Amino acid sequence: MSLPHHTHPGHALAALLSSLSLALGLAGPAAADDDERGMPRPVPPAYSSECGSCHLAFPPGALPAASWKHIMAGLDKHYGSNASLDDATRRQLDTWLQTHAGTWKRVGEAPPEDRITRSAWFQRKHRHIRDAVWTHASVKRPANCSACHPGAERGDFDDDHLKIPPGLPLHLRWAWFD
Amino acid sequence: MMLTRHLILNPAAALLLATAAMAAPAADTSAGTQLEYWSAQAGAPGQAARGQAFFTSRHGGEWSCSSCHGTPPIREGRHATTDKSINPLAPAFNPRSFTDSARSDKWFRRNCKDVLNRECSAGEKADVLAYLLQLKP
Ligand code: HEC
Ligand code: HEC
Ligand code: HEC
Repeated sequence: MSLPHHTHPGHALAALLSSLSLALGLAGPAAADDDERGMPRPVPPAYSSECGSCHLAFPPGALPAASWKHIMAGLDKHYGSNASLDDATRRQLDTWLQTHAGTWKRVGEAPPEDRITRSAWFQRKHRHIRDAVWTHASVKRPANCSACHPGAERGDFDDDHLKIPPGLPLHLRWAWFD
Repeated sequence: MMLTRHLILNPAAALLLATAAMAAPAADTSAGTQLEYWSAQAGAPGQAARGQAFFTSRHGGEWSCSSCHGTPPIREGRHATTDKSINPLAPAFNPRSFTDSARSDKWFRRNCKDVLNRECSAGEKADVLAYLLQLKP
């Protein structure tokens, strides 16, 4: 698509947003958005393209506003990678993340290193998962949500929609059945 | 940068362009055009053999370009830390590759800093492009 640069940005943005969400199937009813860990709609396209290129675009409700603020202020040194953005995009995403940050009590406190995977709620929800699962070849890192939550891209973390990472030995699978 | 090879866009338009790129290639440029551009900036044509050596070496750090893009970068790569899949970098294997100059600039800037701890020079970018363009099915 070549974009005429005289298009009024506001109109074009609205049109693109709706065609994009249709294309991605985001317009239908949000799956299992019954708590803050789902994806708020609409997701700014820049969030998916900028924050979803090196890893899953994490749901904003998974961290408190303080953590997002901190993350967005240090993108040039982001967990060992350079994830820097132009200023306008950075501000836009920062605002969106702050607006939709988690507020319920378990998300309240900024976790160590602003990691979702080290927050109290994450560790509680995953307390039945053995250490060996997180490092298994088909998972590799706890932050690799999609290894076990196939709907993670859409913000679906419902425990009725889990998948067992391929090759996970039987004795490591029991967290999936309770 | 003295020469510009793309429209100067306001931030809203740049955002739109990034959005458009998800639905279809934004196609404000191509790998060939970018090769010409960086060769002109460097004052010498990019060289594929030099580009290959550059792409596959660790420049004193933990990663080479291949760590995430694979060698040769004609198949899906995997991010060295997060394991997320990355579309093939070589243009013959990925029609979106190098079709959006803002996107290419952004990733050159980020990835060169991660691998070399500095930005890549015009000559290095020309060499990498010459290498990538020569990879054919
Ligand atoms: C250039 C690659 C890159 C980009 C772009 C990027 N990240 Fe990351 N991010 C990483 C890496 C690498 C990690 C560490 C992953 C790990 O240790 O498992 C990470 C980790 C994170 C974590 C912590 C995950 C955990 O362990 O709980 C959050 C939150 C995060 N990123 C948010 C963002 C946001 C928001 C953006 C967009 C502004 C973004 N990232 C863009 C590379 C990137
Ligand atoms: C190794 C597999 C695995 C990974 C990786 C993983 N999860 Fe989970 N997750 C599970 C399992 C299994 C459950 C159900 C646990 C139980 O019920 O005991 C679960 C439960 C959850 C729940 C609660 C769901 C509910 O309906 O109550 C949330 C929310 C969640 N995970 C979010 C995440 C996020 C966000 C990430 C990435 C940052 C992630 N998970 C990474 C396996 C995983
Ligand atoms: C730590 C992982 C990592 C390393 C190392 C890395 N890249 Fe990348 N690179 C990425 C990711 C992720 C993308 C974005 C892929 C996507 O969104 O499809 C990317 C995209 C690019 C792009 C954009 C291509 C386009 O379509 O315009 C260029 C150029 C690029 N990388 C060059 C390099 C070069 C040169 C090196 C070595 C100096 C390098 N990369 C090393 C992860 C990496």
